[in-house]
Amino acid sequence: MAKGFVAITVERCKGCGFCVEFCPTHVLSLSSAFNSTGYHPPHVVAAEKCSGCDLCGMYCPDFAIFGARYAR
Amino acid sequence: MTPTTLEIPDGAQNPVEPFLRMDRMPHIWCPGCGIGTTVNCFTRALLDSKVNLDKVAIVSGIGCTGRVAGYARLDSFHTTHGRAIPFATGMKLANPELQVVVYSGDGDLFAIGGNHFIHAARRNMDLKVICVNNMTYAMTGGQSSSTTPAHVISATAPYGAFEPTFNLVALAEAAGASYVARWTTYHVKQLSRSMEEVLHKKGFCFIEVLSPCPTLYQRRNKMGDGLDAMKYYKQASKIRNGAPTGECTLSKSGEIVVGKFVDRDRPDYLELLRAQMTEALGERYVESEASCSC
Repeated sequence: MAKGFVAITVERCKGCGFCVEFCPTHVLSLSSAFNSTGYHPPHVVAAEKCSGCDLCGMYCPDFAIFGARYAR
Repeated sequence: MTPTTLEIPDGAQNPVEPFLRMDRMPHIWCPGCGIGTTVNCFTRALLDSKVNLDKVAIVSGIGCTGRVAGYARLDSFHTTHGRAIPFATGMKLANPELQVVVYSGDGDLFAIGGNHFIHAARRNMDLKVICVNNMTYAMTGGQSSSTTPAHVISATAPYGAFEPTFNLVALAEAAGASYVARWTTYHVKQLSRSMEEVLHKKGFCFIEVLSPCPTLYQRRNKMGDGLDAMKYYKQASKIRNGAPTGECTLSKSGEIVVGKFVDRDRPDYLELLRAQMTEALGERYVESEASCSC
């Protein structure tokens, strides 16, 4: 059971890959799909590993992703 | 692998969104630019420091980083080129209750506005200066700036830059800043903590943030994209808190010394003004009331 989740606003993403590179539990990967501006947004590949640390949210220069912990 | 879907609770919102003018998104910063990352850190610092947001004002000059004022949903001012610090000084003196943050780039703060910076630091004006240093004039096309390291190819240095550069942290310390730190966009947690610290500190505080500029700086120098710059920051930076700032010069691909270098207490401008006027005028000195409509 994942401790947290990430939410991605695909249309705001510019595909820089910071979130994918620096996710401490490797939850994300750049997808092969395009968004409407032609970038490859990240997608979740290992949802169960997400700790909700929000490091992706702190790195994202386009404010397109954030993480949070589930309320207990 | 099939992508797993996550349950996203209703009402979950990006913590940065309440601080931004979302009608102005998407922003103009290039893919891989680090300015957005510094904005994230700043909003986390505002959240954690629990400051009254009605009393926070952001002042920016001109340039890529100058756009921050336009995107922040705070009292924000996008001023003329290089004049962010004089503008902020005026705001602070007119209403000393305000927490004035100057958020600008290296070209704005240290090239055209260099003189204002050293004098604000000398006076120990109670301003928080955040300088996003991408080592080039990015908005105008990647010309050499006062921080472009040697051997870097730029629009005005096609055979490589050769001018000695400013060491911003040493300059700030020598001019008299109360707090001097340097981080990169890779050090998000440390940067956010540093920003939180300066929001509670009195006096002239200066944080330099190294940020990638993939479109102009790195492309010309074949240094890859924003992610490559972040990996370089991760690998080349060394945290040395309290290191002598004179030894913390930056180069094209050498070691980056990061950390909090200076944290000292000096009487700030308003304190000195009050002390001197009370001494000279005694009872006759009456401080004017700040008239704030908020």
